[in-house]
Amino acid sequence: MNALFKPPTPRPFPHNMSASSKPKIAFYWCASCGGCEEAVVDLAEDILGVVEAVDIILWPCAMDFKNADVEAMPDKAIVATLLNGAIRSSEQEEMARLLRRKSQYLLAYGACAHLGGIPSLANQFPREQLLRYVYEEAPTMVNDTKTRPRLESKADGHLLALPELRNVVRALDQVVEVDYYVPGCPPTPKITKAAVTALLTGQLPPRGSVLAPDVALCDQCPRKATKPATLSFTEFKRPHLTQMEPDRCFLAQGLVCMGPATRAGCEAVCPGGGMPCSGCFGPTSRVRDQGAKLLSSLCANVAAKEEKQIAQTLAGIPDPVGTFYRYGLAKSLLRRKVDLNL
Amino acid sequence: MTPSPPIPAPASWQPRLVAFFCNWCTYTAADLAGVSRLKYAANVRVIRLMCSGRVDPQFILDALARGADGVLIGGCHPGDCHYVEGNYKMLRRYEMLKRLLKEMGIEPERVRLEWISAAEGEKVRRVVNEMVEQLRRLGPLGLPARFAEWDKEMAELERVVQAADSAPVPA
Repeated sequence: MNALFKPPTPRPFPHNMSASSKPKIAFYWCASCGGCEEAVVDLAEDILGVVEAVDIILWPCAMDFKNADVEAMPDKAIVATLLNGAIRSSEQEEMARLLRRKSQYLLAYGACAHLGGIPSLANQFPREQLLRYVYEEAPTMVNDTKTRPRLESKADGHLLALPELRNVVRALDQVVEVDYYVPGCPPTPKITKAAVTALLTGQLPPRGSVLAPDVALCDQCPRKATKPATLSFTEFKRPHLTQMEPDRCFLAQGLVCMGPATRAGCEAVCPGGGMPCSGCFGPTSRVRDQGAKLLSSLCANVAAKEEKQIAQTLAGIPDPVGTFYRYGLAKSLLRRKVDLNL
Repeated sequence: MTPSPPIPAPASWQPRLVAFFCNWCTYTAADLAGVSRLKYAANVRVIRLMCSGRVDPQFILDALARGADGVLIGGCHPGDCHYVEGNYKMLRRYEMLKRLLKEMGIEPERVRLEWISAAEGEKVRRVVNEMVEQLRRLGPLGLPARFAEWDKEMAELERVVQAADSAPVPA
């Protein structure tokens, strides 16, 4: 075993009386859907190899550990924490800080931890509007008394506390320092395996790298051969209203595909499965703002030359923020609807 | 990340306008305005690019995110682009960018695209002055200060965590 991955102190931990010398790995989830946990399980038989090589010391989704166990560990005792989900509550923020302190490597696992993900689309709305909708206005909600969870309440003489929902949804690196990013919604088994292998063998790229190829998705796309050298959009079609051709480049068919502005690594599973790329792997290292970059490439190739006709063509993209920043609003240059306050 | 400047006092605030001018027309027109001794507001910071088609929307958003109150883009008149179609590319991006800015809570009037030929030094003067006046009316955008304000909600927890971290470890 690589010396780098041994815990720095030989002290046995309360949760691990066997004091095994296997490197310790933690999985944690914050504002996420559970798909990233599923992705770990998607390693299938390969997960046995992982379990053989490491001690999983925290995995709330699958195993029973207490936060106190983690708190009791010496700093940097965990070799690597794979944290998925965006950070949007005080509790998640606290756990991110705790795991940062206890881990040698902190990996942002999946699009939400990497870029804010789908949850960061909430950055378009004030917190009050979100809470009002969820607890009062949603069609599935029956709440005549308009009761909402309170941060603190008393029951049977006990003080009960709940985490606070933050105003701003953040990617992991907007809260604590992140060593590596594993992209994807969710990361594919292959990407996950490569990341774990890199960690266990110590063959790591420079700190701060995204652990996926640094080229655009088009490079891996089975439809690449049919991508025209020059695109010219006369209209933008929407996937659910269109009979899509199975083998032709989506852009050539007038469909918005985030492929040109998105990092490769998923082996084009969506385009291969009949749906355009929606951008979950985030941008390559040369792009700062994935949404602006796709807006740039897509709109520049509209055929019309008059403002009115251009606007008409672009009306085929009814929700630019949701389309261009589906997985990355938190990490976009503007981060959030800018006229919202705390 | 560089630290955010403090929120400017309203009395001392002056609009900050970033201008992307194309080398062949608008930048040359700005030169002409200079040699013609035309005076325009000193609030503008001109950045020369080879073509308005080179203006990546990232540049515009980055300028705003780093503290510009507005962005002006100057290119050749339609049909006059040195690279044939660059200005049309900018026009199409601009149409979508205006919608995006509005949805993100930024007044689209903070970003303006103008066609200014090499002979129109007078137009550079007028457009820059108009734009600076426009920004005065709209007031400061102040995104760096706003981002810092947003992140204050993490400050209290950070303080608590740091206090716990620096507490002596029980033996």
